[in-house]
This record gives sequence, structure tokens and C-alpha cells, in this order.
Amino acid sequence: MKRFAQLIQELELSNKTNDKIEALVNYFSEADENDKPYVIALFTGKKPKRPIGTNLIKQWAIALSDIPEWLFTESYHNVGDLSETVALVLPTAEHTIEKPLHQWITELAELQGKTDEEKKTYVLTAWNSLTTQERFIFNKLISGNFRIGVSNKMLVNAIAKQSQQDANKIMHSIMGKWQPNSISYAELTSGSHVNTDNSWPYPFCLAYALDTEPKNLGDTADWQAEWKWDGIRGQIVKRNSELFIWSRGEELVTEQFPELHFLKDELPDGTVLDGEILAVKDGKVLPFSTLQQRLNRKTISKNQLENAPIGFFTYDLLEHKAKDIRTSTLSQRRAWLEKIINQLSHKNKVLLSPIISFNSWQQLAEIRETAREINSEGIMLKNLNSIFHSGRKRGDWWKWKINPYTVDTVMIYAQKGSGRRANFYTDYTFAVRDGEKLITIAKAYSGLTDKEIKEVNSFVNKNAIEKFGPVRTVKPELVFEIAFEGIAESKRHKAGLALRFPRIARWRKDKNVDEINTLDDLRQLLNSN
Amino acid sequence: MALIEFTNKGIYCKRGNFYIDPWQPVDKAVITHGHADHAKWGNKNYLCHPLTKPILTERYGLFDNVETLAYQKTIDINGVKLTLFPAGHVIGSAQIKLEYKGEIVVVSGDYKTEYDGISTAFEPIKCHTFVTESTFGLPIYKWQPQKQLFESIKNWVAGNLQKNKTSILIAYSLGKAQRLIKHLAGNEPIFVHQTIANLNQAFIDAGVALPSTIKITPEIKKDELQKGIVIVPPALADSKWVKNLINPAIGICSGWMAVRAGRRWRSADAGFALSDHADWAGLLTAIKATEAEKVMVTHGSTAIFSRYLNEIGISAQEVKTQYGEEEEAEEKVVENEVKEDQTKI
Repeated sequence: MKRFAQLIQELELSNKTNDKIEALVNYFSEADENDKPYVIALFTGKKPKRPIGTNLIKQWAIALSDIPEWLFTESYHNVGDLSETVALVLPTAEHTIEKPLHQWITELAELQGKTDEEKKTYVLTAWNSLTTQERFIFNKLISGNFRIGVSNKMLVNAIAKQSQQDANKIMHSIMGKWQPNSISYAELTSGSHVNTDNSWPYPFCLAYALDTEPKNLGDTADWQAEWKWDGIRGQIVKRNSELFIWSRGEELVTEQFPELHFLKDELPDGTVLDGEILAVKDGKVLPFSTLQQRLNRKTISKNQLENAPIGFFTYDLLEHKAKDIRTSTLSQRRAWLEKIINQLSHKNKVLLSPIISFNSWQQLAEIRETAREINSEGIMLKNLNSIFHSGRKRGDWWKWKINPYTVDTVMIYAQKGSGRRANFYTDYTFAVRDGEKLITIAKAYSGLTDKEIKEVNSFVNKNAIEKFGPVRTVKPELVFEIAFEGIAESKRHKAGLALRFPRIARWRKDKNVDEINTLDDLRQLLNSN
Repeated sequence: MALIEFTNKGIYCKRGNFYIDPWQPVDKAVITHGHADHAKWGNKNYLCHPLTKPILTERYGLFDNVETLAYQKTIDINGVKLTLFPAGHVIGSAQIKLEYKGEIVVVSGDYKTEYDGISTAFEPIKCHTFVTESTFGLPIYKWQPQKQLFESIKNWVAGNLQKNKTSILIAYSLGKAQRLIKHLAGNEPIFVHQTIANLNQAFIDAGVALPSTIKITPEIKKDELQKGIVIVPPALADSKWVKNLINPAIGICSGWMAVRAGRRWRSADAGFALSDHADWAGLLTAIKATEAEKVMVTHGSTAIFSRYLNEIGISAQEVKTQYGEEEEAEEKVVENEVKEDQTKI
């Protein structure tokens, strides 16, 4: 486990991609063979079933460290991570023990079904034999949540470099179905297991934001323009009579969207569609807030199916007649896609995302201004000769989003952040004026520089009025411009409306609290939509 | 009448008509230690330990209006007996003991209980009222013994040397820098930023024994720096000068580095949880040793720490002060000095 602990430390200390990749390459060159598949599984979120509940871990840690529960909770607010809090509050270990990572993971899995007493004995022995850093990792192994700033793409690049294999192949391989206890690192990098697997999706091709005038892209005839939809990017995979729906987060979400299950009977085997899951009624896209009612639910009620119906707007075809066609040109792929979609029965459920015809960049710019009317967030520009890249690549695909809405607000609550931002007040709640009162309209935590965060932090420390657990009420003085993508009615919020994707655009040091927007301003915006 | 009260200018002793570590200018200020959040510029008269005076002279140019008092020596101010005791925080740091008609109050400023090898070791004093900091007043803070910490710093430096990286340690000019120099002796050459060099010189002139260091000047070549250890204050951590060194590897020395979030926040190459403040256990031990009937908790985790003290049967209350912005205040002092001297570095 020492080698793995070292890897984690190296990954956490650097914020440079190259350093991280180097650390990973070194790890995969030096580590215990049996550990490697487990590390890949951990970093790609292949979680084993959790052997011990959070609550038990917490209770044992509290008892051992001899502190009251509230103090543990306060500590947690400062650390921002439960596994780490537990590792830090425990008394210093009295023994040392070294076992390879895969042995720890296997032993933890074997606790499944044991009594709480047996689990406790095992965990307490481990805690008493590990350093703080190792304990942190051990606790993470129990929870299975290993988020340490290594994206799948970064991991894939490192493995590709280390094993001298093609990155796309590695991505396929690790996204497929495999068990770390029954596959070797060599098998995994050679991808021998994925052929028998029906479900695997392709890596998504992602676009960069357009950072230049569109006219710099050259001839309009080389480009396909589509609406940029604000939903869940997804891939629909149909192979050997099985249907799989993958979300962009590489999660299988097939069960969540029964509206699309007819595709199992209608799509030809060996077809993979790329598109967007959206709230759709009569072929029209509804706001994201409607789609939200359908997300992350284990069961879907009849009511939800009626109130928040979904559909799939297709963008691209990645696999056709069981052949990977990602290196064909976009115009060719689109032609095949249209043929497939036109043969489907539920035309209001699975649609072609329309192509916008335009003759000049100026004309397209005008069309883009109307995006909000159809709940789109702008325009996508794709080169007609482009292949379907793995991941983000500059040049062929661009997103050209409409400018966000903005509102001037005042900060009224602050809360300490988590993860990297624990210890600092980084989560803020903002209000607009409603007559004499201030009314909360958004919570946001991004968009400030580290220096500005420090400044706000010091303001909060000096101007805290009241405390509610980790939350501080602060003097309404700091004015922030909040950018957001949309506005919807909401019964859950006191203001009666909710902002979509609010974030801090600017700290308006030039404005004081008398100059912020009013709730009426926002209501007008809501009604004009 | 209480012996001390907390006013908007600072901790005030009405009976003696003086302030302790005031944050607004006053006539008479008694200073616990030289950090900029405790020792402010602009007071008419100062009283402090003889080793805090050179700091005030070096930083603020103060001399004539600074009176000094050695540890354990008592003076009488309008009937209030005032004695300084070592606080173990930085060189010259003192706890201030006030006694009037048998009532004893101790204002401890900032302190740590582990002897750091360079500041006179902390001494617990029995008192009725104890004013304590609570910077690291959470059970997540448990310092490693400093021997282990310095071992890991030395290993890190050795590793950097092998990889042709320049080792840059980020540490406060006052306190942490001297502590590092002391414990890294034997790993010369040690190059220090001018703000540190100036303070070191002031200490050496005042009779403090410090291992030799080299002040960084534009004449020193980068490859010389790369073979040694470079110590600079936090204000320079993200500076161009540091970035332009040969393969810079930055190691931050601060108690906040004990938590991953603290380490990642500062985007350094290494974080060493080296602190001049007491950790959780240190605070509790120190407070219990005073046998105080009342504990007043200033800067840090004030609310949490005082609640805990009350729960374990030690009567405590939180008080609002403007201390604890050590980092900010210290950085400001250094930033000003750096600005004045930009030609040099």
C-alpha cells in the first residue's frame, strides 16, 4: 500500500497534467502486478459493494478518538472529506503493517456479510497499524469514492504511454465490463476482454468553446451548424438484441428512460447513437428544470412520466452495421444516421437534432440569438469532414454559446467549501432586493480567483453576524454579478423562482448594496420567456 | 472591575491604563510577539521582550519608544504587576501575566508547547483567567514530532537535488524561517530572502546564535541556488522570481498543510505541517496546566474550542479580536518590503 499512498500524494500535490501522468506512468511501471487492475478500477469509479456503512465508521472513529459527535462534525466541515477526517482524529497508530493494495481490497470485500463486531475488529486493527495518509486511503477503499483529480482521459493517456498502446483502445478496454480480480494488467491494456461485451460505449467527442470570431473558421460550406442542447449527453448502444443507454459520466442509465426502450426492437444490431437526452413534448424541447425531475431516480412514477416526458435528439452515428465508423466523415455519418432515424416509429421521441441552414456567419449569428426561444443554449459548429474524436480536441468541433443572463446580487450567507476549498468560506448564497427585504435567489461557489476568495474569506471572518452550524450570516455588503443560463418557476424556493446554473461572473466592487437587482426584475425576465 | 476588557482597540487593562497587542493606535502597548497581527505600527509607547525590540526596529524603525522587559522580571504599572513568560511561539514571544490584589490574568498571545530549539520554551503559568489562541483548535490537528518533520524536509531536499530541482521552502520571515535554518544546519548552503536575512541580522546583533545563511542577491547565480536550500516568505510563493528558478520545487511549511485541502489549495509541490502554534493536544495541555477558572478564547476556532472546553468542565467564552490574520498581516509587511526593494530581487 505504501507505493499506492505515494502515488496518491504525488497526484494530489501537483496540478500539472504532465506531472500527474508521469506519476501514473511510474506507478504502472513499478507497482505490484496484482494491484494495477484494482487501481484502474478505483480511478474509473468501478466501486465494489460497500462493506461497511458510513455511520459505523463514524461512530467507531468518534469513540476511539474520545471526542463528542458534534466536534467530529465540526472537524468534518473543516476537512471537507469524511475519510480524511476519520484518519486525522484517530489516535496515532501503535503498530505498523504493510500489505499490498489488492489484499486490503480483497479483505474488505470479504467483510461483506460478517457481523458488525467482526467488521469492527478488522477496521480497528487496520487503523491502529497505518499512518495518517495510509488510513485515509484505507477509509477511501471502504467508501469506494476515489476522486483525486484523475479523469478517465488522463488515466487512459498514462496507461497508453506506459503500455505503448493506442489511447482509444485503452479507453474502450477500461470502460468495458471486467473484474479486477480476474484480469491482468496486460490483458486489460491489450483489450482482449471487450469483444465479448455488448455494452461498451465509445468515448464522447467533445467541443471547445469558440474563442474567436466564427468568420475565422473559413468557408461556411465546410461547417454543419446544430443547436446546442442543454440536457444529458448520451450514447445509445444496440448490440446482439441488447439496448444500453450511457450518460456522458459513463454511467449506465438505461432503466431511467423507459420512453427509449422501444429502440431495442427498432434499432438494427450493431448501432451506436450519440445525442442528448432532453425533456421533450410533442417533439419540442422543454427547459432543463423539467428534465431535472427525471434525473438520479431509482424508480419513475407514472406522474413523472407524464409531467416530464423525455426524448432523445440524435447528433451522430458512431457504429453502423456493427462497424466502428468514427473515422468516416461527419457528412457521411449524418447521412447514415438520417436513414436510421427516419425508419423509427416514435418520431416524437427519438429525433434528428436539426441542422441549421445558413448562408453567412452573420446570418448564423442572428439565428443564434433566438436559441433561448427553443430552450437551446447556443450553436454547435462541426466540420463536415471531421472524424468523431475521442475526448476534447481543438479545431473540428466548437460550441458557440449564447451569452448568459446576469443579475447583480448581494452575498448574505457564506459557508466553508469542501475538498480543495475546505478551510475557506467559498460557498456563498446571494440575494436580490424584494421591497425592504433581501430574498435568496442563488447559491454559487465558482468564478472567483484564489486571491479574491481569500479576500471574501477575511470579510466573512470580520463580518459574520450569526452562525447556523457551518453557515455564517454576513453583513449584506459585497455585490456580485451572477451569471445564469435560465430561469424557471419554483415552489421549493422562497423567491418563487430558480436560476439554472448560477455562477459568479464578477465581483462588483464598484457597486454597493443599494444598486443590486430586485425580485421584480427577475419576475419580468421569467414572464418574458 | 475586571483586570482586562476587550475593547474595539484591543485588550485593555484599565487599572494599568495600557493595551495588550492593540490593533488601533494607543498610548501604551504591551506586545506579546513580533508578528504583524499582534505588533502594529503607530502606538506611542511599546513594552516588549528584548528580542522583540529588534523586530520592531527592523520592520517599523522604532527604537526610542520601545521599552523592554526580560522573561520572569516584574514591573509595576499603576499597581498592576506585569511579568513576561516565554510563549515558545517565535523568538521573543511572551505571555503577559498581570497581577492585581491577588487576581492573576495571563494573556498568552500565540504559543506552542513543543520546544522548537530556538524560541525560549513555553512555560505554563497558574492563573485565574487565561486568554488563549485557538488557531488549530480542532482535533484534526496533531503535529508530528519536529524531528520527523525535519527528516522529511531533508529527504525532500535530497530528492530535489537528485532531480536537479531547486528546493524552495515557504516560511514566515519571523519564526518559521529561523526555525528552519536552525534545524537544517548541516545542509548548507541555505539562501534566504532579504526580509529574512534582515531579521536574522537583527537577531544576531541582539545576541541570538543562528547558523550562517546567504542573503539572496541578483549576483547569485541560479545554479548556485539550485544546489542549496532557498527560503522565502509566503508573499513570494507565486512570484515570477520563484517560477524562473531552475526546476523550482516549492515546499510550504505551515500547520494548515496537515489537511489535504490546505495542501491542494496552495498548489505547492510539497506541504510540511510545521507550525509555531499549539496543536489540539497542546492547547488542552497548556490550558489545563494554568488551572484557570475562566478561559477566554481568541482567534481561530473560537466557537468550537470554547464549547468543547465548557463541555469538559473548563469555563470558557469566545472573544472577538483582530488577531489570527497572521498570514495576511505578515504578507503585507513583507510585500511592502519587497516592493521597496524590487530592484534587488
